[in-house]
Amino acid sequence: MAIEQVEVTDFFHRHKPFSDLAEQELSQLASGIEIAYYKAGSPILTFGQDNNQWFVIRSGAVEVFRRDGELYNRLGEGNFFGELAIMRNRPVRFPVVALEDTLVYLIDAETFNNLFDSNEQFADFVEVEDRSRLRDSNADRKENDSLLTAKVEKLIGQLPLILPPNTTVQEAAVRMTEEGVSSVLISNDQLSVNDDADDEELVIGIVTDVDIRSRLVAQGLKLSSPVTDIMTSQLTSVQSHQYVFEAMMLMLKHKVTHLPVLKKSQPIGLISHQDILRYESQNSLFVVKSIFNALNVDELAALKGEVQTCFSRMVHEDANSQMIGSAMAVIGRSFKQRLLELAEQEFGPPPIPYCFLALGSMARDEQLIVTDQDNALVLDNRFDPQIHDEYFDALANFVCDGLDRCGYTYCKGGIMATNKKWRQPLKVWEQYFSQWIDKPTPETLLNSAIFFDLDGVWGKKVWADSLNRLIRKKAYKNARFLACLARNALLRTPPLGFFKDFVMETDGRQTNSINMKRRGTAPIADLIRVHALSVGAKGRNSFARLQGVIESKILPPGRGADLRDALEFIAMVRIRHQAFDIDMQRVPDNDIEPEYLSDFERKNLKDAFQILSDAQKFMKYRYQPGRHL
Amino acid sequence: MFYLDKKALQDQPDVRTLNKSVDWSAEFAKRNKSAHYPALKEYYAQGVVSPETPLSEVPLVALDFETTGLNPKTDSIVSIGLVALTAQRIRCKEAYHWIIKPDTELKTKSVVIHGITHSDVASAPSFNSILDALLQHLQGKIVVAHHKDIETRFLNSALKHYINEEIVFPCIDTMALEARFSRTFKRTFLRSLLGQKTPSIRLTDCRTRYNLPYYRQHNALTDALACAELLQAQIATHYPEQSVPISAIWC
Repeated sequence: MAIEQVEVTDFFHRHKPFSDLAEQELSQLASGIEIAYYKAGSPILTFGQDNNQWFVIRSGAVEVFRRDGELYNRLGEGNFFGELAIMRNRPVRFPVVALEDTLVYLIDAETFNNLFDSNEQFADFVEVEDRSRLRDSNADRKENDSLLTAKVEKLIGQLPLILPPNTTVQEAAVRMTEEGVSSVLISNDQLSVNDDADDEELVIGIVTDVDIRSRLVAQGLKLSSPVTDIMTSQLTSVQSHQYVFEAMMLMLKHKVTHLPVLKKSQPIGLISHQDILRYESQNSLFVVKSIFNALNVDELAALKGEVQTCFSRMVHEDANSQMIGSAMAVIGRSFKQRLLELAEQEFGPPPIPYCFLALGSMARDEQLIVTDQDNALVLDNRFDPQIHDEYFDALANFVCDGLDRCGYTYCKGGIMATNKKWRQPLKVWEQYFSQWIDKPTPETLLNSAIFFDLDGVWGKKVWADSLNRLIRKKAYKNARFLACLARNALLRTPPLGFFKDFVMETDGRQTNSINMKRRGTAPIADLIRVHALSVGAKGRNSFARLQGVIESKILPPGRGADLRDALEFIAMVRIRHQAFDIDMQRVPDNDIEPEYLSDFERKNLKDAFQILSDAQKFMKYRYQPGRHL
Repeated sequence: MFYLDKKALQDQPDVRTLNKSVDWSAEFAKRNKSAHYPALKEYYAQGVVSPETPLSEVPLVALDFETTGLNPKTDSIVSIGLVALTAQRIRCKEAYHWIIKPDTELKTKSVVIHGITHSDVASAPSFNSILDALLQHLQGKIVVAHHKDIETRFLNSALKHYINEEIVFPCIDTMALEARFSRTFKRTFLRSLLGQKTPSIRLTDCRTRYNLPYYRQHNALTDALACAELLQAQIATHYPEQSVPISAIWC
């Protein structure tokens, strides 16, 4: 029986994946190793050699190269290499050279294989199929909390009552009483499917008890009036496979209390506010309520802390990045809406209709805690600057100043409604987009990419929809425009990985921290936007867009799912570190110092960066100028 | 066993003891005949590599003792650690560690250093009961130690006490080697003006110089491993070809 070396065992205790091993496995491993020392500059593994040992770096550092000599990775204490050759039982493909004087612990192939086969956690960590590792790490977390991952279909009880549009209100009331329900869906089977109609438009409206009271009885209408006279049309609905949190966000966003649940286009149920309250933690709901109860900007600004608390609580409840992103977006949107209400109280009703736009991450439902305000105003085409602009200038300043006080700092690029350029009538906006898309140059697109993520927040939201339709139509398969957009999307690249407490760039340079937005989530969102516009995918959320891109089959098999996992992981690291900053009562930011990253995060982040880097290469190839799409 | 006081270490080890004139093969053959104790006779019978053998081919064993004090006449061994190696690899599978009941008193002063207590040694075997195993693990290999005098003197003293025989063998002393390498560091007037000192040859300091990790000292097995790693680093640095004959570094 071999003897255990205390220093070796201690070392393994300090480093994943060894620290996950049972005490006995660990001491067995420690007592069976060999040790070797390599001088800086000397080769450790050479291309094509056989390798039957797994190398764990005890001290020092090594560099791993691709066959063409390009630096692939730099590894330090606690990192390992050589597993590829063992697992595939093939000669070494990635040569390794000592960067510093290096002491390595060597584990023989048999021990490695035994550990790998018998210990799932160990295998997960070591797994060279980087992509599947990333997926598992995201999945593990999601399964923790069923409340946050419940699907809408779990909430549906009985089938909804559905009546045709020619039903009278009295007939409807009778049926509702018979069925014991408080609302009824109005469905039009003969609906012709026009160009932009979504499937869900099969259900054309909803009538509730309250509608009968306030829109029929109180207005003195006849009992024989058709239900279409009193129904709420332009229904917001939710698909049965969507998450409960998405349904809640929809209710908050559209300020409705009932949502029809559809399976494809068929209504299969109706869920209410009350149903959801039982399922969702009330975090964001509470904040949104407080926002709408605030009487002035001071009271709104006082809610800044509540927003941070809500954010950090959601992180601790293991919400995923989509839940958090959309909750923060709803909160941000509510601030804007309340500020606009207050502005209209202050300056009076608007002289002409307008639509207040949210741009960028808020429009994508991907807002986090550190965010600046990006917004714009679309005005009615009758807009006459001489007559109307004084009002809208005041309104814009009121809202933007208010947002700044509520924690949404001014946009450094001046993309705000206060900027005259971004406070224009609808026809000018249409010209802007036509100009950007039809006569694209990388320079003009550089600062306008953010406008391609737009969402109506207040007022004539249909204008926002029509601008989105315009973008979708013009950008679809528009090779020249997409090439320019893709070129700009390549300006921000991920780093290669981490080395000791540094971020390592692809050229071997090392920096002290990484901006997780600029180097991670933003380039992925940029990339997904390019693909989404090229296939005419709807939706603005990156995950929703990506789903559309995957369905259009333009990506190599599996890459879409990889990208989704990479985005989720990078976003969650960014989110967790912001939550950590909040918990530590520091000002949250997007910069992360590697010393605060766990081994697990480092490894998975490196994988995620690699996926992003590969995806950027593919984008560069697909949208090269002149290539037919 | 590296808890020599500063003064002892500031003296340069006596490099004149690097004795290249001994014909070890002949010496082992002679002692094979004269030895009485069977395990010792067997140890000598396994012989020793020829002095021309390239370093890369020599089987080695790093050895370390913890003792009750510094004087072999009045103190004795309380633990022994050893690990087998070559110039390329240290083999932890072939590592051994014994706690031994000392045949002299366990002094509080040394307990503080090696952490082996009276209760630890109460149930421990005596030196003679592990002697055969020890000799077996040493045979055919060249011993490596940091400041070899402790190991050679205490081993000889123990053998004398229990079997009334003597043991001699060639030895690589990593401390002597380090002193040899650092002799190139001349103590110049300028350096003394700048306050630069001759590099320390204490084990921990040597290891730091080669970017080896910090290990806690005074566990015989850990110290043996620390010494083995140091030799690997010294070889990689000063004899990267490993073709130098063993006689160039043994003594």
